[in-house]
Amino acid sequence: MNSSHTQYISARDMGVYEPINQLSMFADFDENGWPDTSPSLLVEVDTKLDNQSEDTSHETAGDSIKYEETNKRVDKVLRRLAQNREAARKSRLRKKAYVQQLESSRLKLMQLEQELDRSRHQGTYIGGAIDSGPPGCSATMNSGIASFVLEYGNWVEKQDRQICELRNAINADLPDEKLRVLVNDGMAHYSDLFRMKAKAAKADVFYLMSGMWKTSAERFLLWIGGFRPSELLKVLLPHLDLLEQQCSDVYNLIQSCQQAEDAISQGMDKLQQSLVDAVAAGLLGGGSYIPQVANAVEKLKPLVSFIDQADHIRKEILQQMYRTLTTRQAARGLLALGEYFQRLRSLSSLWATRPREPA
Amino acid sequence: MMYYRAPVAAASANSDSSCSITWGWHYDTHVPTSRQISSEPLERIVKLVSRSAVVIFSRSSCCMCHAVKRLFCGMGVNATVYELDQDPFLGKEIERALLNLLGDYSKTSVPVVFIGGKLVGAMDRVMGSHINGTLVPLLKEAGALWL
Repeated sequence: MNSSHTQYISARDMGVYEPINQLSMFADFDENGWPDTSPSLLVEVDTKLDNQSEDTSHETAGDSIKYEETNKRVDKVLRRLAQNREAARKSRLRKKAYVQQLESSRLKLMQLEQELDRSRHQGTYIGGAIDSGPPGCSATMNSGIASFVLEYGNWVEKQDRQICELRNAINADLPDEKLRVLVNDGMAHYSDLFRMKAKAAKADVFYLMSGMWKTSAERFLLWIGGFRPSELLKVLLPHLDLLEQQCSDVYNLIQSCQQAEDAISQGMDKLQQSLVDAVAAGLLGGGSYIPQVANAVEKLKPLVSFIDQADHIRKEILQQMYRTLTTRQAARGLLALGEYFQRLRSLSSLWATRPREPA
Repeated sequence: MMYYRAPVAAASANSDSSCSITWGWHYDTHVPTSRQISSEPLERIVKLVSRSAVVIFSRSSCCMCHAVKRLFCGMGVNATVYELDQDPFLGKEIERALLNLLGDYSKTSVPVVFIGGKLVGAMDRVMGSHINGTLVPLLKEAGALWL
């Protein structure tokens, strides 16, 4: 009896107690006619048990069986309480660890954001502040590409100025000599772009292939790192007011352009296929990719020459148009071309800032 | 395969004056390879390009070569293609000779196109001449295109 009494004391000292777990125990008490089966506080239960012990001390030996049963129940309570203690302790430890993890992640996030800001300023996104391409792109830029992006920004600004001048000159009906100067300037400006692109292709051919320096609508219409030459001609054609003797030349140009484009596209398809085969060779073999990656790298090397060829076709198309058209036609053609790309650029910005439907 | 008819075919545009024109015509096409006296690649090139109106030197794995083949195919031109990686005897040497013919600015030896026995050039030249309208007349002159 004494031992059970001390047990009660220690049970009472516990602050953690789950009344609900004791329900099953209390159900037993019902048979003995005890007054309360609802989950109750520690104190109440202890009081009852305490009463019980005091009661039993005055009872006859016949009640000792009841006493033992009570002991067992008390043991169960104590065991439950101990388990609860453990569980609570573990929970506290887990919470602590989680909070520490959150704190360090927050620090890391701040650092990454700072880095991103820094490299963004160095890389200087052009092509619309809102529509500046996928985030994280700046992390992969090398210096060759970074300078290309800067130069391209300047190129677009100069292009916009030239377009303005052309428009004014055509509307003002300036004489051919004045127009010729503007046309030559426009042609030289496109040559500059191709020169810049050739340099950038050596720095990072994948960057060029993905058209990352262009706005999103232009990227959508991308063909091997630039505009599609046949599309260009189709845009220009209705605005040229061709003379009869020019028609066959221009239509031949359109046809040969299309054929050249198709040929290069098929070459690119073969390049893609050979790359796929090289990368996929020996999958699931369990071995390292290292020996095969050299083969895949070899397959990628012709990519630069394909961009070169595509740009070469674009240059040649422009040159041929320049040769075929009169000064006035060439001026209108350059203006139409410039306006077309301007529209694509503003479309991209408008699209990026359009009101979105709620998710 | 289209057989070239005009006799002066072998007057190639190359600057190498040591290439003698008449060699190409002294060899019978039925002479088996092992008995050919001259193995000089340049002479072999001359011989090959004089046989057909349009000759493309290529490598079977080269994607740019594939593009040039598709270009002529798309135009309805039947070109004779020599895959140099499949020529165990002279392949490499012909490639080197072609590099010399093309000059320093060319990075790769293939593809190289000859029309009417004359050197047109690498992909650059072929594309350029097609867009500026000089390729088609060349093909017609060589009998590779009728329209």
